[in-house]
Amino acid sequence: MLKTNVLRFTLPIVVLIGIVSLWYFVSYINLFPAYALPSPLDVLKSFQEELMAGRLVNDIIASLWRVAVGYVIAAVLGIPVGLWLGQHLNARQAFVPVLNFFRFLSPLAWIPFAILWFHIGDKPAIFLIFMATFFPLALATLVAVASIPSIYFRVAQDYNYKGIELLTKVTFPAVLPQVITALRVSYGIAWVVIVAAEMVGCQDGLGYGIWEARNGLRLDSAVCYMIVIGVLGMGIDRLLAQLTILPGVRWGYER
Amino acid sequence: MKDKHSNSRLIVEKVSHGFGAVSVLADLNLVVRLDEVVVLVGPSGCGKTTLLNLLSGHIEPASGSIQREGIIRTVYQQDGLFPWLTVSENISIGLRAIADIEQQKQELLELLKLIHMEDFANHYPHQLSGGMRQRVELARVLAGDSDILLMDEPFSALDYQARHRMRRELNRLLEKRPRTVVFVTHDIEEAAQLADRVLVLSKRPATICRELKISARRPRDLTDPSVIEAMAEILKELGLNTSDGIDT
Repeated sequence: MLKTNVLRFTLPIVVLIGIVSLWYFVSYINLFPAYALPSPLDVLKSFQEELMAGRLVNDIIASLWRVAVGYVIAAVLGIPVGLWLGQHLNARQAFVPVLNFFRFLSPLAWIPFAILWFHIGDKPAIFLIFMATFFPLALATLVAVASIPSIYFRVAQDYNYKGIELLTKVTFPAVLPQVITALRVSYGIAWVVIVAAEMVGCQDGLGYGIWEARNGLRLDSAVCYMIVIGVLGMGIDRLLAQLTILPGVRWGYER
Repeated sequence: MKDKHSNSRLIVEKVSHGFGAVSVLADLNLVVRLDEVVVLVGPSGCGKTTLLNLLSGHIEPASGSIQREGIIRTVYQQDGLFPWLTVSENISIGLRAIADIEQQKQELLELLKLIHMEDFANHYPHQLSGGMRQRVELARVLAGDSDILLMDEPFSALDYQARHRMRRELNRLLEKRPRTVVFVTHDIEEAAQLADRVLVLSKRPATICRELKISARRPRDLTDPSVIEAMAEILKELGLNTSDGIDT
């Protein structure tokens, strides 16, 4: 047991060290020119530089804020819409094709509209995050509701659950594990989309940072931003994963 | 805690029912007496579950009438517990009608004790064995002021030994908290051990083709002569005894 735990932590570190060493080696022997592949040391230096200038922290806050706002609006609207559609067959049949259409439409396709409607700043990015996450969240909730075993509703009827109580005490807890999974998946989408969104409509943010680095041919800075994006993405997913250990949802993952 | 109930009534009069062109029940009559355990057996697909759904009011009969008085609750084959609630919370669903919180707590403790699951009060259904889950279901339907219990093959998903134990358990619980019970099963042993009255249903469209009263006191051992006799009768009625099997 102890051994597996130790391995669980050491193996990824070994892989990480291996990749960085390989990267270091490749740049050391100048396999690619330095402007095309910055060395780990250059990236480290650029990290220091960005931190000292305060730009990196500012960009992180800007991106997190935009993702949080767009994502929360999408969740607050998308989950109830999914709950409602899941319970009404006719409405479901009417709306599912449209929802699916927009789900498969890359949120980046909305960039022209985002800029035209919301100009420059937080709003176009928030709009794009919303468009990227609302549809998968609504659809996942809808599918989860539609596939609740009918026996739960039979039991609910036996014990007189009706209306809002039926929704909050039976329907919602029955889909909560799937909703949490959908939240994690759509957060992943949001985090990917924010980078692209900030490349066009913003004056700060992690995506803008990469765009700036490219304009200045500073790939060391771009790599530094890429590392931050990856680490933050993983970190927030770990936070969301904590939702899956709530006692009232464990059943959804352990059965 | 109420636990006496003189007003329960379940009367089925000339009920016929079908789905589309398939006639499932034909002209069925049944009166279930207070605190009686009626067990329905019959070939699979004969309409046992349809009859239970009619009794519970989940579906309305195509013709005939069903009179029911009293609070009806159902024990399902499996997964009737809400998986997001603990054992205590699941049982408390049966106590929803009790307004007094203290009384609710008291009753919950009593029920947990009754099914010997005090130590599992905070466990979730997926952490329990199949037998334990069904015991929690029994506690839930017995909770508060239920009058009539409908049981839809409640032990059929359990292994043989667990089924045995659950029969004993049900007998014990009904002795402490008598209820009017309609129990559907395909298990002949179960019928013979539990029933005051066994009703053998015919093939579709089902009607009662044999009524068998078992007056021996419960709990009855499997080797009890009354049980063996009842089993032989039911097997014969279903066309399942050995001599019948050879030439058909």
